[in-house]
Amino acid sequence: MYLDIERKIVLPGEEISLEGMKQGNGIYHDNGKYYSYQMGVIQTYNSYANIIPLSGKYYPVRNDRIIGKVIDIAPSFWIMDIRGPYPGFLHINDTPWKNLDQDLNKILGVGDTVFLKVNEITESRQIWLSLKDAGLRKLEGGHIVMVQPTKVSRIIGKGGSMVNTIKEITGVKIQLGQNGVVWLDGTADKVMVVRNILKYIEKEAHTSGLTDRVKKILEESR
Amino acid sequence: MIELGTQSDIKLINEEGLRIDGRKFNELRPIKIEVGVLNRADGSAYIEWGGNKVLVAVYGPREAFPKHTQNPSRAIINARYNMAAFSVDDRKRPGPDRRAVEISKVIGEALECAVFTEQFPRTSIDVYIEVLQADAGTRVAGLTAASVALVDAGIPMRDMVVGCAAGKVDGKVVLDLNKEEDNFGQADLPMAIIPRTQEIVLLQMDGNMTREELEEAVELSKKATMYISDLQKEALLAKYKSQEQEKEGEHGE
Repeated sequence: MYLDIERKIVLPGEEISLEGMKQGNGIYHDNGKYYSYQMGVIQTYNSYANIIPLSGKYYPVRNDRIIGKVIDIAPSFWIMDIRGPYPGFLHINDTPWKNLDQDLNKILGVGDTVFLKVNEITESRQIWLSLKDAGLRKLEGGHIVMVQPTKVSRIIGKGGSMVNTIKEITGVKIQLGQNGVVWLDGTADKVMVVRNILKYIEKEAHTSGLTDRVKKILEESR
Repeated sequence: MIELGTQSDIKLINEEGLRIDGRKFNELRPIKIEVGVLNRADGSAYIEWGGNKVLVAVYGPREAFPKHTQNPSRAIINARYNMAAFSVDDRKRPGPDRRAVEISKVIGEALECAVFTEQFPRTSIDVYIEVLQADAGTRVAGLTAASVALVDAGIPMRDMVVGCAAGKVDGKVVLDLNKEEDNFGQADLPMAIIPRTQEIVLLQMDGNMTREELEEAVELSKKATMYISDLQKEALLAKYKSQEQEKEGEHGE
């Protein structure tokens, strides 16, 4: 259920009345009052009031499934660009490959894209990634579309409703990274349709009733 | 070049108390702010403040380079104020000069007061302020636009920093000096505050004023910044509102 108040855009420094809710993300307190520290929309979840930001970088969270790109290779790990403030590291022990004597370059080269998860974030903000989980793999072929990381939850929709609608209607394979990287595989024209719809969702993310509108647009373009 | 405070017979304020561009002593020049003008930057803003035209781009937080500049406990704010060669009447020699380095430093420090830098250790937040056209008061215009661009980039902030200048012209304290008043006036006082707490994060003075005049100028600027702060908020909301109106036109939810 979306109440009116839940879709109001707040700005940094704006006072938030929690109304019995607990202080969640995007809120700081000063002198007994609560203020927003980001531009976003207020949403309540499990009795926590959170500010869902309208823009910003990807901030990794443990067990997030993301799409990374290899930018450098070290003796026993890969350094990946995950579109966050810090690079991610993928150690050879956290991959299904076991040939330790082999040159890492032969397994994953610079520029390769990989679907992986965030394994651990150390205190000094080192991000360790892993490929050891169901569905995680190197992505071959396909197309990459970048969206804003803060809009990914909107693309997924409630219980995956939005992304499943898109998959069903267009038949394009979609792999969503929490960091705003989307991998698409299908025929060129269908991929373009999905790309445009992703951009549309990104633009309209703060409005309500989006899934129905997306469905309508997709059916018209079929 | 004519030095600040040079004696001249130019009348900057007429008998009716109006200034050379027709403003009253407490009147601002027209201000227009636009958000999200650049696609490649994480956040951006463009401000027109009287004859000033300033473009700001924000990148980050991203890994700070060179590595020795990294701070293991917080993010560094890397502000760069730059004037275009064509921004002033005589061609300005490109590149950072003593003045630009100083302004970059004070703007960076003013922004640091508002940004939650401790959330992003070892990173840098880069703020590029490009002055395309200068007409006095570019540092406060740049700072005002920079804080809008930071919000657009989704960087956590206590509040938006907002700047305004005041000064002394023809022996009278006036708000928001223009180029002529800056050149032939007696003092210029740029300042920036955090509106919610009324904390002063930037205060500089060029020229001479008495203590009473200084206090009067600070009060004048403070009042004006509250108005400019509303303009900042309007500009940020406008970026999303324009889309909402389109939506209402089509679907009427």
